[in-house]
Amino acid sequence: MLNVGKIEEGFVLDHIKAGMSLRLYHDLKLDKLEDITVAIIKNARSNKMGKKDILKVECDIDMLNLDILGFIDHNITVNVIKDGEIVEKKPLRLPERITNVIKCKNPRCITSIEQELPHIFVLTDPEKEVYRCKYCEEQYTGRDL
Amino acid sequence: MNPLDFSVEELDALFCLADDIKADPEKYSHTCDGKILATCFYEPSTRTRLSFESAMLRLGGKTLGFASADSSSAAKGESVSDTIRIISCYADICAIRHPKEGAALVAATKSRIPVINAGDGGHQHPTQTLTDMMTIHALRGSFSNMTIGLCGDLKFGRTVHSLLSALKRYENINYVFISPDELRIPGYIREDVLEKNHLPYKEVRKLEDVMPELDILYMTRVQRERFFNEEDYVRLKDYYILNREKMTLAKKDMMVLHPLPRVNEISVEVDDDPRARYFEQVQYGVYVRMALILTLLGLGGKVNA
Repeated sequence: MLNVGKIEEGFVLDHIKAGMSLRLYHDLKLDKLEDITVAIIKNARSNKMGKKDILKVECDIDMLNLDILGFIDHNITVNVIKDGEIVEKKPLRLPERITNVIKCKNPRCITSIEQELPHIFVLTDPEKEVYRCKYCEEQYTGRDL
Repeated sequence: MNPLDFSVEELDALFCLADDIKADPEKYSHTCDGKILATCFYEPSTRTRLSFESAMLRLGGKTLGFASADSSSAAKGESVSDTIRIISCYADICAIRHPKEGAALVAATKSRIPVINAGDGGHQHPTQTLTDMMTIHALRGSFSNMTIGLCGDLKFGRTVHSLLSALKRYENINYVFISPDELRIPGYIREDVLEKNHLPYKEVRKLEDVMPELDILYMTRVQRERFFNEEDYVRLKDYYILNREKMTLAKKDMMVLHPLPRVNEISVEVDDDPRARYFEQVQYGVYVRMALILTLLGLGGKVNA
């Protein structure tokens, strides 16, 4: 099996659904952060899941906002690494605001004709996990990521 | 943007200012000297546009703008964000109407001047709601302790939805929804607005049955294009015609409101009834828009937008 060395400070995102890691890479906007080291491990063997993906991110732990993971897949395990050790398993919660991850599908929404607008969704009902488009307030329904 | 952008206190201040304007219009006739209101209408709505222009002119200000998307740079493909940046250089305040939902919010985030949402598609039409509320405020004095009947197309009628979400903050209002089964209030409004706030309501199909209970009757138009077949439309549109006979069942001090334009849901014979208040409503629309312009320009009132 492929060996990836351990990291000093950063995150190990484990139990990612197999094949989803590259998508997470973009959703976490890791492509926008220069000077960080990222290992994308695809189809690792897992007792629990059969196959899984893992993302290792070496960075300052304050640099990254992981809230979006709560929206994408709350089964992901987030290990926070400091000085080479796991210091915390971070619980995932729903983000207040999601920018440019999901798109508004309402054909009457202003975002449907003005492409340059960021697609922003706001958590309006944490209990029922309802997100609404910031512009037209249409509820986001399909969690087809 | 949305009637709920203002707190109850801010709305009160707005309505009080409108009261004062109504009492002494002369006092306000030069408050906006040298100010310009831009009316950016990407879809035609002559009534709303003229109401805004009238409001600004009565305050001593001037207006400029366009009345449809064809005559603006939108026809050349300019975005709302760019247009509003340009308008910010030409005017002091802007009223925008756009067929797409959320357009006014986009404008507001890019603008240097106050932006008023004059309707964004089927989403919101807050100045209509302010007009409705102003009329109730002026004629009744308060929003609490009343029974309001909403009649007609409750499914697609956005004026009804906006009014409901604005009124939910006031106490002791009984809601009566009068509509055919096909046009009942949508489920999400029932859950999110009515049940979540524990508002007392009932749904009925016949207007005559509830007429005696009502303090306010808010009529809406049943629109032909909402129906799958002509028969249903013809049957239902006549179901709710408000005529003199039905008015005899109502309280002496009841008031009939309508966002207008009406087609035939209020018979012209009702127009002379002192309880028919829908034409006065238009006048209140101008007062409340005057108050809104003054407030947003920081020339009166206490609302921080």
